[in-house]
Amino acid sequence: MAEYKWPEADKRTFIGKRISRIDGAQKVSGRAKYSMDINRPGMLFGKIVRSPYAHARVKSIDTSAAEAMPGVKAIHIMAQPGTPTDELKWVGASIVALAAVDEPTAEDAARAIKVEYEILPHYVIDTDSKGAGEYARQPSENKVGDIEKGFSESEVTIEGNYGLPVITHCCLEPHGSVMEWEDDKSVLAHLSTQAISGSVSAIAVPLGIPATSVRVKQDHIGGGFGSKFGPDEWDITAARLSKKAGGKPVKMFNERDSELLVAGARPSAYAHVKIGLKKDGTLTAWDSQSWGSGGVRGAGAPPIPYIFNIPNQRRQHTPIANHIGEARAWRAPNHPQACALTMTALEDASAAIGMDPCDFFMKNIELTGQRAPIYSDELKIAADLIGWKKNWHARGDKTVGPIKRGLGLSIHTWGGQGHASDCDLNIQPDGSVELKMATQDLGTGTRTALNIIVADTLGLPMNAVKIMIGDSRYPPSGGSGGSTTIGGISAAARRGSQDALEQLFIKVAPSLEAKPEDLEAVGGTIRVKSNQAKSLTWAQACSKLGATPLTVRGRNFPNAPGNLTNQGVGGVQMADVSVDVETGIVRINKIVAVQDCGLIIDLKTAESQVYGALIMGVCWALYEEKIMDPKTGRMLNPNMEFYRLAGIADIGELVVHMMTGKGYDERGVIGLGEPPAVSPGAVISNAVANAIGVRVPYLPLTPDRVLAALEKKGGSNARI
Amino acid sequence: MQDDEKVKGKGSELSRRTFLKASGISLSVPLVMGYRVIKVSGAEVKVYGPGKVPLNLSINGKSYNPQVEPRVTLLEALRNELDITGAKRVCDRGTCGACTMIVDGKAVYSCSMLAIDAQGKSITTVEGLMQGENLHPMQQAFIDNDAQQCGFCTPGFVVACKAFLDKNPNPTAEQIQKGLGGNTCRCGTYMGVRAAVAQAAQKGGRRNG
Repeated sequence: MAEYKWPEADKRTFIGKRISRIDGAQKVSGRAKYSMDINRPGMLFGKIVRSPYAHARVKSIDTSAAEAMPGVKAIHIMAQPGTPTDELKWVGASIVALAAVDEPTAEDAARAIKVEYEILPHYVIDTDSKGAGEYARQPSENKVGDIEKGFSESEVTIEGNYGLPVITHCCLEPHGSVMEWEDDKSVLAHLSTQAISGSVSAIAVPLGIPATSVRVKQDHIGGGFGSKFGPDEWDITAARLSKKAGGKPVKMFNERDSELLVAGARPSAYAHVKIGLKKDGTLTAWDSQSWGSGGVRGAGAPPIPYIFNIPNQRRQHTPIANHIGEARAWRAPNHPQACALTMTALEDASAAIGMDPCDFFMKNIELTGQRAPIYSDELKIAADLIGWKKNWHARGDKTVGPIKRGLGLSIHTWGGQGHASDCDLNIQPDGSVELKMATQDLGTGTRTALNIIVADTLGLPMNAVKIMIGDSRYPPSGGSGGSTTIGGISAAARRGSQDALEQLFIKVAPSLEAKPEDLEAVGGTIRVKSNQAKSLTWAQACSKLGATPLTVRGRNFPNAPGNLTNQGVGGVQMADVSVDVETGIVRINKIVAVQDCGLIIDLKTAESQVYGALIMGVCWALYEEKIMDPKTGRMLNPNMEFYRLAGIADIGELVVHMMTGKGYDERGVIGLGEPPAVSPGAVISNAVANAIGVRVPYLPLTPDRVLAALEKKGGSNARI
Repeated sequence: MQDDEKVKGKGSELSRRTFLKASGISLSVPLVMGYRVIKVSGAEVKVYGPGKVPLNLSINGKSYNPQVEPRVTLLEALRNELDITGAKRVCDRGTCGACTMIVDGKAVYSCSMLAIDAQGKSITTVEGLMQGENLHPMQQAFIDNDAQQCGFCTPGFVVACKAFLDKNPNPTAEQIQKGLGGNTCRCGTYMGVRAAVAQAAQKGGRRNG
């Protein structure tokens, strides 16, 4: 068996280089088909009647007028009166679904359905744990060390409120699918999903058919960010409608408002934090009471204090279970919240003792544990890139005029170990090569990474390898979440490629009068290491396979042999902002991200991921908020005019520095989707505090919040 | 914006403004081709529907004849009736730019234009930027600068960039940021888009177009 390892730096042809994504041409030409682009013969359009109330019971449903419409082909009740499904727990909850011959007819039919409601009390506030009453769940408490001792050892204490609201994923391709019955018991699902393999059973079970009768396909996905892990109830419903309509395909995708109402939200987190420290910056104690909501199930406790393991801690958390719609995983679940609550409070602590936060973080760097050396290196690099020493000033820009400029910093971490993944590598006697894997490319460059690894390992040009993903009939691969994809797919592809090559060498060795272990695959040839003149072209070598292609299963699984994937990264970000203290408008001048992720497969797409994380971070630091109206229980901004995202002019200059080379490469491949998405809220908030001299306690840093903080001198007095 | 264009372009079409004046319609002339002509304020105005009407659309140099209801947008006519799916439906109300097409030389949000109003106009979608199998320089620049991740905003963005360069062949960095503020990306590809537009401008992104 081959010794599984990544090639040494001088042996890498494509790995770690800047390679353009292989499906780029498909995407820029409009030829890339997303699930929402699938049009099938005889396809029907699905619509769902949704709840206008945050909490209600469905008393009756009258579908007779819709049924009488000639273009309506199927109706399915999702909230059946008199059953447990009749309780609607958020605005946008599904009540009735239908399928019609075209979209206008489906819209008319949805409007023709009459629903009677019993309106029930609702609660959509998440900013007040004490006022939440019955909606507040049992608090949890964690303790480390001796908190009284910690505060008695401190020379300075600071207290403040911090927080960030519920935000929504706002995937540009909404959640949905095209579902069809190919025969009485076989379903073909064109699903928009982050988990192709994992969706098969999740579709089969509710439909009561064997998983072997379900096929999930998806060439491209228009965003997921943690919110698209399986079929949703509307996807299963689309399959039911298809069945009722004789198997005709049913296209069911959320409207934009539904997408923002029901297809995922990141839980909010608020905290009252008290920190004890010495005048030299030594942290001695942390005490926090936090709360937040992720809808009817409440929200998990963010791991605070984040990264800095302060010796004495108490953490109390109160989940609020309310009627705002369901939470879903969002890039680095719980970390952005924990980071925003912790790094802002720590920056306030450093300001209280008049210490440069960069020095303050370095002073306490040992509290970050095993990654302290990485953070130290990254802090130095980030500081250089943003000009920290030259540009940092004590809190409050004292220059004349309304524009105040400031710097902020933050650090973050994530796991990112590769998930279980299988692939089949086929080498045909004519030399053509294909890799099949039921993974998905979220735009992170999964296809490209697989191509790079196979080509690099087999010594072939990139275009000599065909990458086939996006179909559940290929070997199974894990869902793309938690930064687990790149490690999993890379390790499986490398093992498969190494094993295939080893088997090919056995077939080829006699022709080259050499031992298989003395052969190497380089530059489209198989040659003898010690005598490079003795070689065969790749096609000549593959012809030695005879008539039968070589198929090798490459796998990744927990504790698989070879140090191909790893976990645990550290990153540092620094921001430079300008704030107009007359208007409250925050402008990003520059953000620097310094990030490690082990061995990088494609530097180009890796950097893009980090740029993307920063831009997404600017969105939620400055603009994003699921604004709920307490009276009506409705979301006030379920659209893209008022649920604002950053535009091309809003992001300033972004600088990404990837930690590569010695000390990083040999760790193996580690995921990158989550870590750089963690810090932006904290780093921008800290830069704003440094600029204007007061903390704006709650994100997003909208003009009204900035002005309120300035007026009230910041801290716990500002409104949420 | 489009209302004014329409009023200027074709006096015979029903814009919102003339529609508002049409409350006292007295004369109705049934005609073939799926529309009727009525007199409004002394001018003849085409009235389509209700029900499906035959349209003629000129898309990427080809003629198409879909049958759609008058309320169907240009975007939906292409996506649902003609299987031209490059342009995407995202916000569906003229905010995000994912549906951007070039209509008579101007970038428009095709989610906010009715298909019937696009008749007689030259419509270019992202599919129409290709010349055979060759990418337009703007498309190539998106690849070179990795100005795409999930790629769902990309077709609209590419078209918006192309239309922008047609009007601003040598843009400054500031002009790029102002001129492309009408397109939203969720993955965060703006750094790549900025670089792509700069590259295409230098290479003559409008040369082929």
